[in-house]
Formats: sequence, C-alpha cells, structure tokens
Amino acid sequence: MVARNFGHALFCAMITLIISYPIVGFDLVFTGLSLELQQVEAGTIAGILLAVAAVFVFQLFRPAIMGTLARLVGLNPLANRPPMEQNKRLKLERGALTIIVLLALIWPFMASRGAVDLATLVLIYVILALGLNVVVGLAGLLDLGYVAFYAVGAYTFGLLSQYLGVSFWVALPLGALLAALFGFVLGFPVLRLRGDYLAIVTLGFGEIIRIVLNNLTSITGGPNGIGGIPDPTLFGMEFGRRVKEEGNASFHEVFNLPYESVHKVIFLYLITLVLAVFTLVVIRRLIRMPVGRSWEALREDEIAARSLGLSRTAVKLSAFTIGAFFAGFAGTIFASKQGFISPESFVFLESAIILAIVVLGGMGSQIGVILAAIAVTILPELAREFSEYRMLIFGAAMVMMMVWRPQGLLPMRRIHVQLNRLE
Amino acid sequence: MFDEFYFLQQLINGLTVGSAYALIAIGYTMVYGIIGMINFAHGEIYMIGAYTSLIVITGLAALNPVWLPLVLLVALICAMIVSSSMGWAVERVAYRPVRGQHRLIPLISAIGMSIFLQNYVHLAQGSRNIGFPSLIDGGFTFGTSEGFQTTISNMQLTIFATTLVCMTLLSLFISRSKTGRACRAVSQDRKMSSLLGIDTNRIIAATFVIGAALAAVAGLLLGMYYGSIDPLFGFIAGLKAFTAAVLGGIGSIPGAMLGGLILGVAESFTAGYLSSEYKDVVSFSLLILILLFRPTGLLGKPEVEKI
Repeated sequence: MVARNFGHALFCAMITLIISYPIVGFDLVFTGLSLELQQVEAGTIAGILLAVAAVFVFQLFRPAIMGTLARLVGLNPLANRPPMEQNKRLKLERGALTIIVLLALIWPFMASRGAVDLATLVLIYVILALGLNVVVGLAGLLDLGYVAFYAVGAYTFGLLSQYLGVSFWVALPLGALLAALFGFVLGFPVLRLRGDYLAIVTLGFGEIIRIVLNNLTSITGGPNGIGGIPDPTLFGMEFGRRVKEEGNASFHEVFNLPYESVHKVIFLYLITLVLAVFTLVVIRRLIRMPVGRSWEALREDEIAARSLGLSRTAVKLSAFTIGAFFAGFAGTIFASKQGFISPESFVFLESAIILAIVVLGGMGSQIGVILAAIAVTILPELAREFSEYRMLIFGAAMVMMMVWRPQGLLPMRRIHVQLNRLE
Repeated sequence: MFDEFYFLQQLINGLTVGSAYALIAIGYTMVYGIIGMINFAHGEIYMIGAYTSLIVITGLAALNPVWLPLVLLVALICAMIVSSSMGWAVERVAYRPVRGQHRLIPLISAIGMSIFLQNYVHLAQGSRNIGFPSLIDGGFTFGTSEGFQTTISNMQLTIFATTLVCMTLLSLFISRSKTGRACRAVSQDRKMSSLLGIDTNRIIAATFVIGAALAAVAGLLLGMYYGSIDPLFGFIAGLKAFTAAVLGGIGSIPGAMLGGLILGVAESFTAGYLSSEYKDVVSFSLLILILLFRPTGLLGKPEVEKI
C-alpha cells in the first residue's frame, strides 16, 4: 500500500514545492532603480520545506490517516443522534434570536465607544447578509454584485444630502427603494440566465456601478467621494455639540445632559439594531408566505416548479428586488455612520465577504447567517496580529466549507409535518 | 475628424491585447466545455504566471545573460511549469471534491480559491505594483499623416507570434494527439468515455494544466506589454477573458480566439475614441448584452436541457 502511494506522494510533494518556492521563496526588491531578487529568511524556507514534507507524509499514509479520521468521527457519540424535534428546535431558535436581540440591546450601555462602533458595523453586515440570504440562500440566485445595491443606497443618501439637504430619515426609504428599483431593472432581463451566467453578469454590473461612480467626478466626486453626510436626528434633535441646522434642537440640551460624543454612537447603533430586527422579522415572515415558498421551490427544481404554474421571472425578480432593497437600507446607514463614502468601499471583495458570510452560516438559515456575520466581522478585530491573513483564511474557509460542509454551519431546516406510519 | 492611421493604430493595439485575452480565454472555455463550471481562479493562475516570469527574469538578469531570447524562453518555461502545477493543485484541492454537486457549489469554491490565491501572492510579494522591465523595444513605423504615425512595436509582434505558435500547437494537440482526442471525447460525454476506458479524472486534470500553461504565456506577454504587475491584476484580466470566452461561445476553442480578438478591438476603440476609463464598462456591457441576446455566443452550440 505504502509502496504504491510512494510515487503519487512524491509527485504531490514536488507540486507543492513548485507552487510555493518561486513565489514565497524570493522577494522582488527595489534597490535604487533596479529590481533585484533576494532570498527570504531561512525561517520561511524552512516553512516551505515543512509544508512539502507534510504533504508527502500525508499522501504516503493517506488511506491510514483518512481511516483513523473516519473512526474518530464515528467515536463521537453525538454524530448519530436523531434530529431534534421540530417544535423543540423552533423554540430553541426563537429563544436564541430573542437572547441575541436582548444582548444587543444592553450592549451599548456596557461597552466602550469603539466596541459600540464595531457593533454597528456588525449590524450593517447582518442586514446585508440577511438580504443576500434571500437571493442566494432561498432563491438560489448567485449574486456577485450585491455590493452595487449597497452602493446605490449609500450614494443616494450622499448625493441627496449634498445637493438637496435631505435628512437621514427621508433618505432611508428613498435609498432602499432606489436600490430595489435598480435590482428590478437589472433583474428583469438577466434573471432568465442560468445560475453561473447570472453570477458573472451581476459581477459585471457591480463593477460597472463602481467604475461609473469613480468616473462621474462632476457629480459623485469620483475617487474623492462625498463627505459631510449628516448624522441621523431624533425627532429633530441633533447629537452634535452645536446645532448645525436651523430649527433643530440639540439632544443634550433638551434632556439637560452634559454633552458626550458617545450619545451619537449609541443612537446610531440603536437605529441600526431596530432596522436589523426589522429586516429579520420581515424576511422571516416572507419565507413562510407563498412567495417565500416559491423561492425555495424554484431553487430546488426549476422545471418542476414551472410546470406547477410558478412564473419564473416573477418569483426570481421578487427575491432579487427584496435583496436589493435591504442592501439599500444597509447602504444608507453605512453612509450615515461613516459620514463619508467613496467607491473604495464598494469593491468586489465586499460582495465576496457578504457571500462568504451567507455560505459559512448556512444558505437560507437566518440564525446561521447572523452568527456568521458576527464571527466574520469580529474575529479579525480580535486577532489583529493575523489581520493580514484575514482574506487568505476567508478564501481557504470558503473552499473548505464547500468541500466538507456545503450546507453551512447551521443549515436551514424547513418546517414540515410528518405522519407516523400506523403499526 | 477621422484619421485612418489613428484607426489602424487602435486596431493593432486591440488585436495585440485581444490575442493575449484569447490565450487566457482558452483556459475558461476548455474547462467549461469539459466539466461545465466557471474556473473563477483562472485569472489568478495568469497572475501567478506573470509573477513567476518576472522573478525568473530578475534572477537571470543578475547573472548577466548573453542572449535575450534565451532569458525569455527560460522565464516562459518556468512560468508555464509553475502555473500548470498551480492549475493542477487547484483542480485537485478545490474542484474535484465538489464535482457533480449543485452548480453553485463549485462556483463558490472557485471564488474562495481566487481570493486565496490573490492573498497568497499579496502576502508573499506585497500589494504594490512592481514594474516589469520591457526587454523588447523598437518597432516599425509606417503610414504618417499630419502629426500621427502608426507603429507596430516589436513587443506587439512578439505577442502576435507567440500567440500564433501557441494556438497552432494547441489545435494540433487537440486534433492529433491521443490525449487531445480523449479531451474531445470527455467533453462530448463524460460517462460514456469513462465506460470506454478513458481516465476522465486524468483528462480533466490535463485540461486544467493546458489552460494554466496558456494563461502563463499570456501572463508573461501582457505583464511585459503593460509594464507593471500587482496581485490584483489577474482579476480584471480574468473577467475580460471570461467575457471573451462567452462572446465566442463558451466551450468552443475557435470561439475563444475570435472572442478575444473582438473584445480586445472593442476595448481599444473605446479607449481611443471615448475614454480609457470606460473601457471596462464597455466590455462588461458587451458581456451582459451577449448573454441576453445570444447566450450561446458567436460560435457556440445551443445547450438543450434534458429532463
């Protein structure tokens, strides 16, 4: 057995050496004007050789190692337990969601300003991921240009506030509706395409939006972006030290509090939380409505669903438009939180991160997606020394999830009724 | 103001870039033809080819080489070896285990691989762009009108010649060799050809290796032509090449060549007559229009859905 694997193991080790040594083992360094090649330090070389040796040993004893792993999985007493009963699982899921929301409610009053700021960002990603979950997870339409709708929402607010002085509360629905309109208009022709073509077209669309925003310098400010986007107000009360707009009061004066900048951060956080919960509840309801069921039906078997009388275009278009709507929501909040937007924030990588959240969480599963959004946003902040490896790990995690657990960490389970066979 | 020499210059530039796109597009089209998936990480393989050739060229330059074509040939061969190995490894690690599953799963795996490879090179070589020395200079000038000359640089001629050689070799390989015949058989009917004794896994791996080798050639050529490379430059080039493959009809090798040339020319005319900022917009719009009105591309065969 080992002798037969030897040739293959040697081959794999060679390939590992070839793909890692030239790229990792040398550094291109500029000395003066000329480019020079330098060996990297011995540690890295040792790392490459170690990786090569590891691949060699693994491939040599592959059947034995895999066998042991399979036995280890078999030893796990929880592996073969029957699935949890449906009402118990539903109760658990509802309880978990309530606890998450409650924790999120008290969070800003206990944590530091930076932590609250980060939590706002997490919530924005939660909204985005829940929205994309409708498109990718439920309707099975791979959208690689989701960030375009996020950009539409953000730029709607940015441009309206710059040219017309529109406030956050007016821009919020407008941004979401405009994003939904973009989704509708784009979706109308392209949703006839097959899955992987659709992915590429949406990717192209995302790039087009970004390039256009970058080049319409006279309107959008091009790469310099739009600054000075106002913060949200609470019934006409502003959170700044001084009131910027005529007719507004300031929050700390009305309530006779000493001015603190953290008020604004907490307020923005709470708004985002309310909108995230809104997104969650709306989508949760939609899933159980006929429209949500037809999304899943079409995802599972398009031909069968169509022969049962579902209109392919209408069903797909509804998922696409609703997904875009929530991206527009998130975009408006993002613009208000940052106070500044530029095309830099809406690159393809952002789409890939949101997609990774949906995939890691388990396509279609809301609680999985929420937990994944929290993990994906917070983990890089906690492990700052690894932050440059963040995207590398992301990519590897996406591949590994697809290979080992394509259904995600917490896969979605449909609510169903089972009849017991009569004895 | 229409200037035929300006027009000719744009045409030459477009055909140059287009023939390099065609080289990358072949990788997409062959993989799609055989297993029906979009190899999203192909652009990154091309980028790795460009990096490897730059590393080899820089390394050899330190040895004071005597003959330039030899340096380029060595760099080309090294880049092809590294890229092909990468192509093989990517297929083995990320695609083979998910083959045969729902369409979206290999695609997401490929996107993950693409992000992984981008950051792999980013971490190893830094994110800034590195100047690629233009080793081939000079050119021919012809046709002068008031203030404008049409020039074909030797670099452009090299790109044409190399592409032509690669395409000829590929066609010969596909039509004459035993592996090539097996490739065609597998792309027609995978199950049947495996019943007839073709090792389909080996043929699929071979497809990835060939595509990656051609992408490495394009990496060296375009890296030198543009004069600078960075870890992200495979992404856009990959999208363009994919557009070219779709334009010509995905799954068809002559289609990829034709699509590459058309896309290159379209881009070059946009850059020459409108604005170079919008050339990417034009090629993506072209992609969307083609998919909407003729999803099978110019030379592709329509796909029949069987129940």
